[in-house]
Amino acid sequence: MLAVKNLRKDFTMFICEGKKIPSFGNVSFEVGASSLLAITGPSGAGKSSLLKCVYRTYLPTEGEILYLDRNGGTVNLAEADDWVILSLRRNEIGYVSQFFHAMPRVSALDTLIEPLITRGGDAAEAMDRASEMLSSVGIGKALWDMYPSTFSGGEKQRLNILRAVITKPRLLLLDEPTASLDRGYKERIMNMILALKEDGTAMLGVFHDRDALTCLSDARYEMTLGEYCEIDRELFL
Amino acid sequence: MNEPFALSLEGLVVRHGDACARCTRNPDSFQRNRCPDCGSIWAARDISLRVREGEILGIVGESGSGKSTLMRALYLDTETVSGSYYLKSYRGGEEDVFKVNPRKRKHIRDHLLGMVYQNPHSGLRMPYSSSANVAEKLIAAGNRSVASMMGRTNSLLTHIEIPINRVKEPPRNFSGGMQQRVQIAKAVANNPPILLLDEVSTGLDLSVQARVLDLIKRVQREFGVTMIIVSHDLAVVRLLADRTVVMLDGRIVEQGVTDQIMEDPQHVYTQTLVNSLL
Repeated sequence: MLAVKNLRKDFTMFICEGKKIPSFGNVSFEVGASSLLAITGPSGAGKSSLLKCVYRTYLPTEGEILYLDRNGGTVNLAEADDWVILSLRRNEIGYVSQFFHAMPRVSALDTLIEPLITRGGDAAEAMDRASEMLSSVGIGKALWDMYPSTFSGGEKQRLNILRAVITKPRLLLLDEPTASLDRGYKERIMNMILALKEDGTAMLGVFHDRDALTCLSDARYEMTLGEYCEIDRELFL
Repeated sequence: MNEPFALSLEGLVVRHGDACARCTRNPDSFQRNRCPDCGSIWAARDISLRVREGEILGIVGESGSGKSTLMRALYLDTETVSGSYYLKSYRGGEEDVFKVNPRKRKHIRDHLLGMVYQNPHSGLRMPYSSSANVAEKLIAAGNRSVASMMGRTNSLLTHIEIPINRVKEPPRNFSGGMQQRVQIAKAVANNPPILLLDEVSTGLDLSVQARVLDLIKRVQREFGVTMIIVSHDLAVVRLLADRTVVMLDGRIVEQGVTDQIMEDPQHVYTQTLVNSLL
């Protein structure tokens, strides 16, 4: 579903006299439906940058990111036009960021149903699904009409994941989704991710957490601090 | 025009001043946008942009970069040197609206475009009642029934949270935030498919700004209006815009998906701008 070919990202810092900061290079891999490829490697190897390139928050410097869309067409996310990217984000590609950016003055429930509504979903149905999901990860009714900016780190992170999972994306990018969760919630979130994967979603994830890595991933892609990265196709579990 | 563009602008040039041989022949031969020989300002230099239906486009850039000039041109409110401009809502985008006659131009401004200015004084008649201000727009669009206008006016003003017992008051009695909301009500009175917003929340205090922004989001969601939002406040653009255009010296120097512009800017000016964020 996703094929990354010779991807490279450098940052050019014009404000520091055009200094070039290489982030990563020579990255190639494929991710199929119903599977999760874990990106591993030390801090600073470019794992999050890689995810951001796939989501097009970063513009790749070189290489291709070929995505097979719902209609069977291939889109190169590295250079597709902005409207194509926006429409894929709305309808097919989800992203769970490392840090949750709460929409100001939007309640938790509205934050969660918003992606469904913008896809043209039915409001009542969306509300039902959202309430069910919030309850299942231990965010009680009392919190639903509150602003997520007042939430604890763990609550924010759970909401962040739900927001990406609720639309059942075809491709899901996960950046440390379980980082600030305690054991109980971590398990429920992992089960949710596993269920989505079984349903056909292709996933690309960054995990520092050992349990999440072994439990969720089907293959690993190791990034190193240098230029070159290697794939390690080894099945866990 | 088969593509779903609500608006399409090509090669807009706007100049203030009479221009001389040098700057007409080669407007790129000087730094910034002012001709050193004759002092003419080239406020818009070959600006092209397209906006899809229902999209919110953000425009950022420093003072004097041409943002407001661009907005005035889009509102058919300024002389242009060259360029063409098509609206899907006007003859299916087949006719250049820069070239229409004054009567048609008025029709377009009254029905198809809404404009909200930074300064409420530009958009409102301060001594007249708020309901009269909104009604003015309805009358311009051909409404002659007092009852229907009263109904529409009151519903719009209540919608933007102006208490019903104050709708007869002139906007000059109101606070800045309230005036701005009346201006928005006036701009959307005829349900225009395109809304132009020029620094609408600038200069308002934080909580008032929040209510104005919430109102804009609500208008967009409920009516599916296509919007162009100019702001020098990157946080406002980040909150609202799907795509962002960066302007400098009358040109577009960069455009992209909003989070890409904010997190991975490709132009030296955008990098400076983004890094100036508090």
